[in-house]
Amino acid sequence: MSAIPDTLLTPRQVADRRVESPHISMFARMLLRAAVLRRRRAASALLAMIVAAAVATAMMNLYVDVQAKLRTEFRNYGANVVIVAKDGQSFPTDALAKVEFVLGSKTLAVPFSYAVARTKDGQSVVVVGTDFTRARQLNHWWKVSHWPAPQILAYLVDNPSSTPAIPSEALVGVRAAAVVTPNRQPFDLTFQGRTIHLAPAGFLQTGAGEDSRIFLDQSEFQNWTGVAPSTIEVAANGTTAEVDASVRQLAQLLPSADIRPVRQIMEGEANVLNKTRATLYASATLVVLTSALCVLATLIGWVFDRRRDFAIMKALGASERLINGFFAAEAAALGVIGAILGFFIGIGVAAWIGRVNFHAPVVPRFGVFPYVLVGSVAVALISAILPIELLRRVQPAIILRGE
Amino acid sequence: MFPRIVYESFRRQARRKLLAGIAITLGVAVATAMIAVATDIGDKINRELRSYGANLVVTPQEDTLDVEVGGINLKPPSDGAFLNEADLPKIRGTFWHHNIVGFSPMLPVTVKVDSSRLSALGSQNVTLVGTYFNKALSFGKEDFSTGVRITHPWWKVTGPCGDGALPRPAACGWPDDNSQNILVGERLAAKLGKKAGDTIEVSGRQLTISGILSTGAAEDDQIVAPLALAQQILGKPGAVRRVYVSALTKPQDALAVRDPKTMTPEVYDRWYCSPYVQSIAYQLQEVIPHSHAEQIRQVAQNEGTVLSRIKGLMLLVTLAALFASALAVSAAMATAIFERRVEVGLMKALGAGNLTVSAIFFAEALLLALVGGLAGFSAGALLARQIGRSIFNSQISIEPVLFPVILAIAVFVTFAGSAAAIRRAVKFDPVFALRGEG
Repeated sequence: MSAIPDTLLTPRQVADRRVESPHISMFARMLLRAAVLRRRRAASALLAMIVAAAVATAMMNLYVDVQAKLRTEFRNYGANVVIVAKDGQSFPTDALAKVEFVLGSKTLAVPFSYAVARTKDGQSVVVVGTDFTRARQLNHWWKVSHWPAPQILAYLVDNPSSTPAIPSEALVGVRAAAVVTPNRQPFDLTFQGRTIHLAPAGFLQTGAGEDSRIFLDQSEFQNWTGVAPSTIEVAANGTTAEVDASVRQLAQLLPSADIRPVRQIMEGEANVLNKTRATLYASATLVVLTSALCVLATLIGWVFDRRRDFAIMKALGASERLINGFFAAEAAALGVIGAILGFFIGIGVAAWIGRVNFHAPVVPRFGVFPYVLVGSVAVALISAILPIELLRRVQPAIILRGE
Repeated sequence: MFPRIVYESFRRQARRKLLAGIAITLGVAVATAMIAVATDIGDKINRELRSYGANLVVTPQEDTLDVEVGGINLKPPSDGAFLNEADLPKIRGTFWHHNIVGFSPMLPVTVKVDSSRLSALGSQNVTLVGTYFNKALSFGKEDFSTGVRITHPWWKVTGPCGDGALPRPAACGWPDDNSQNILVGERLAAKLGKKAGDTIEVSGRQLTISGILSTGAAEDDQIVAPLALAQQILGKPGAVRRVYVSALTKPQDALAVRDPKTMTPEVYDRWYCSPYVQSIAYQLQEVIPHSHAEQIRQVAQNEGTVLSRIKGLMLLVTLAALFASALAVSAAMATAIFERRVEVGLMKALGAGNLTVSAIFFAEALLLALVGGLAGFSAGALLARQIGRSIFNSQISIEPVLFPVILAIAVFVTFAGSAAAIRRAVKFDPVFALRGEG
């Protein structure tokens, strides 16, 4: 700016200089000065705004993400869809590939094939062929002393009296173990005249039907019995509607199979998830409302505190619209700054909660931001306009006199 | 003089006190409701997790292997050992009987089914399972009812209503436990061409189908009948093959998995008196002779994880709620005190010391906190009840011990929120305050 005082210039020149100078209108300057001069009060109002926005962001983020997190937890319950070949048939060889193609690589599909074999002393026992790596991922609750090494080449003995075979590894259910291999010795099983020599690699305990069964690797099982998988257990991710859609898709793809959602798992999951979601929703609403209340209390105090500014402006002839606009702009600015800062802090808080409770980070949802922004500005505006409405009725002179 | 100043302050500045009081009330109400919900959520979710079905199974100790593929039992029907039906009500006599939500006995029997459609193919072997639907039993002086309708909540039955003794809609299609009526699995019914209300010949008996059962599991290919009927068909009165027990349990920890035989008496008592799935299984074995009780790991192992996750989440959310309400209360108090600088100036000009002035403000804050805390606690209790009723269909109980805790929190938060504002108000020069600058 030049050093020539305004009084030496013609009005025309003054006007020109104002146009050229950095354009800070009176309005903006009033806003800025208000924030700078009353730093402390402005800072406490801003702090309240930031905290409220942060808490709201964290709650909304959690609300959206926790459902996905809990669904992952619920997948530990195992398969929620079972595909069974119709009328005791086996699947065509490409069935598993088809299922995986439809459901995507993230979904776990585990084939099972069944046969009833006989032990040396004529006991019937159910033998299951499966893929151990996948079964282990699907059934977290299986208590297994030692998993068999996958893909050991089958050594098949057609004639039990021939050279001693290297026993194949099997996973033996605890109740079956008591019958077939009480001393953890290798044992023989016979299926339609063909005998296989098996060594128990580990023992399986589930408390359910699996305890009475013997599990083999699928390729060994097929070499021995010639029976292909007749059941595929699927852990499909997603909401009930998404799982239903996958079921319909599978039904089209595999007309020769029965696709059954496992109602026990699906309904239990839906039940618990709905209740948790509803509780979280109620809690999040309460928390967000409380933080809005916090903003309201602080901002009302802030505006009330500045009733002298208000009175001076009015005494100097400011229109009501201008004053309202001024306080509204101030509140809106506070709301915007608070929302932006609070949003990032809130995302941090949500991520921390995710790590502490679910051992997995909560993905930041930027889609929440518009809601936080609009909510913050709205609360700020309400808390600014409310006291202004009250002050408007008072004569400026009374306020200035300090009453 | 002191009480009068406080009294007059409330009388003359009723509006401001009301605002601060409302803030405290709302803050305390939210805190109370959240604490109540968070302390009760474990129990509530535990009950919801029971919709996954039984988490324990009791089998005879000397049982032979199950030979079952795809829901079809290949084991000879009279093979193996049985439990005695008369022992079952004793389950209500275990230490943790309040935690046992329900139990259902199962007795699978292989039967021959004749139907018009299958007559060309001859009769067919089908598994018939005898069980309790909602059987009225009594143990000692206690009457209770239990069965698959409690332990297997995902079983859905469609059938006509009102022909039996139970006209309630929820009971539609379910047979009576003392009748000769049966449920037929939906896939079996489709194969046989039967629907609810038809009669069917099962191993030479004419039985009425009261409803069609849909479970999404092996029962869809089976017949489910009252236990007594299955025992008659098998010719073994009182026989039960296995019992499913649904119990509320505590997530397992290091103590839970220890072997009770190696424990010292104190540890054993602690283990026995904790509702672990292992200790409940142990107690079931004690009351049912010659039995072996085991957890169904698919259900029992996972519910602990889910439960602790949800509880942890609610704890963190409750902390957030407490933080937000503490902040709201302090903000309201700070505002209320900051507005009264002129008053402070006047008092100090008249010779009041900093201590006296602070004492007046703290007394006012205490009064506000107590009144607001009381109102907030009642409002919060109502809120928690509402949440409990609308979400879980059951009461959320508020522990009476919570009341002093909540009140203490309210007083503490109000004091903490006022402290900074009071300090500033007291430090303010009375001259400036009285001149109206500030």
